[in-house]
Amino acid sequence: MDVFTDPTNIDAYVSGFLWILKLTGASAVFALVLGVLLAAMRVSPVPVLRGFGAAWVGTFRNTPLTLVIFFCYFGLYSTLGLSLSDDLNRNIYWLGVIGLSVYTAAFVCEAVRSGINTVPTGQAEAARAIGLSFAQTLRIVVLPQATRSVVAPFGSILIALCKNATIVGTIGLIEASSVMKDLLNSYGNAVIPIFLVFAGTFAAILIPTGYFFGWLANRLAVKR
Amino acid sequence: MSSSSVLYDHPGPRARIRNAVLSVVFGVGLVGLLWWIYSKFDEAGQWEGRLWKPFTETATWTQFILPGLGATLQAAAVGMLLSLAFGLLFAVGRLSERRWISVPAGAIVEFFRAVPLLLMIFFVFYGVPFLIKGPVTAFWAVVIGLTLYNGSVLAEAFRAGVRSVPGGQSEAAYAIGMRKSQVMQLILLPQAARAMLPIIVSQLVVLLKDTALGYIVAYPELLQRSVNDLSANYGNIIAAAMVVAVIYIVINSLLTALAGWLERRTGSQRIRVPKQTRSRTVDSTPEGGATVSEPQG
Repeated sequence: MDVFTDPTNIDAYVSGFLWILKLTGASAVFALVLGVLLAAMRVSPVPVLRGFGAAWVGTFRNTPLTLVIFFCYFGLYSTLGLSLSDDLNRNIYWLGVIGLSVYTAAFVCEAVRSGINTVPTGQAEAARAIGLSFAQTLRIVVLPQATRSVVAPFGSILIALCKNATIVGTIGLIEASSVMKDLLNSYGNAVIPIFLVFAGTFAAILIPTGYFFGWLANRLAVKR
Repeated sequence: MSSSSVLYDHPGPRARIRNAVLSVVFGVGLVGLLWWIYSKFDEAGQWEGRLWKPFTETATWTQFILPGLGATLQAAAVGMLLSLAFGLLFAVGRLSERRWISVPAGAIVEFFRAVPLLLMIFFVFYGVPFLIKGPVTAFWAVVIGLTLYNGSVLAEAFRAGVRSVPGGQSEAAYAIGMRKSQVMQLILLPQAARAMLPIIVSQLVVLLKDTALGYIVAYPELLQRSVNDLSANYGNIIAAAMVVAVIYIVINSLLTALAGWLERRTGSQRIRVPKQTRSRTVDSTPEGGATVSEPQG
């Protein structure tokens, strides 16, 4: 039977990409929250917090994501017995979300921090001059301006996150890349169409996303 | 911490006390968290000497970790060289004024930037053997995947670099009678390469980390040799993963530090260039300003 007309293959294709989208969505939310918190720590006046943020970024930015995901599986799950769901797939999914989130948060943190650096000194000085505290300066004056300049890096981080979600396949989630691998092995006569369909789906999702974030970044940019 | 001091005044007596209190509170919390993690692993028996003892023996290093590290570095080095060639070729192709060259080059670069590396490695490793009627080694599957992806990223970086060279440079080159290829080779690429050096080195960190995907196609790199092979002998997968993580972090931190050093070195030269052609850079700020900052992120 032809590879693209067999309904089981189509189901596998759809569920593979649904896993990718679910992984990306949940990890993006957690990574954003965690990354902004870490960035606030890294610019805070408390040395311990600065050190913690720096250590986090230094660790996760320099470790391969494959290893981080392995740690979530073999460390959190196999060794420490952290089970997040009774369903096997759900459990692997949440372990993957943890790995992707802590990894991506390091990149979010760096993007926010460099965004904060683009806000002119005078803005923060003026905020302090009218008596705003550190938290107020950050929340009311600096972060709203910094957010606009981090739209473009956030776009690239989100795209990278979506592509990295395929790595969760290494701990046994049947996501898009694992589906493609199985299809390649079963349909040796159609390897090029199979690759083009899977890669094309990623390209069809991610290239417009990239252009959208580029457009948004231009639109929101603070004109100075 | 000159960048962060923008956000708050030099601490006075009250702020100093508050910061000290916060430091202690968070310090205690952090130590508590680390202790909790430590004791959880202790309950699971992960600190037992027999799991860590292999790392004091030479055989562990000479048979597993060092060969794995060698394979990782080999794949990264070959991948980087090919990526640079690929990036250079497609950057120049995309900048070409002939549309039948620039459009396909741009499409290829955009495509490979949007496709997960794992998908390419799977295609080369499991798919290509059907096409060429022969096996593809795991090494080449990893290296080809790395080249296509990182080469495309570098192509975009090179293109941004070439476009960041002030227009007066190529105008002057044309004025003294150089041909298009000469302008590219002698004027634009050397200046762009210097501006792009930090990005090239930080891309090397990405590439080195991505060699860990070789694990999935059983390429005997660092992760494979330690987390898989070594722990199969001693049953110490957590210990092995921790040791490997430290090795990756040390190598990549050194490369990141190198990139930062190059950035500071070339940064001072980059400031000098626009000054010579101030009138032109001011003209192009409205649309040029936003795009220049993008590759840094």
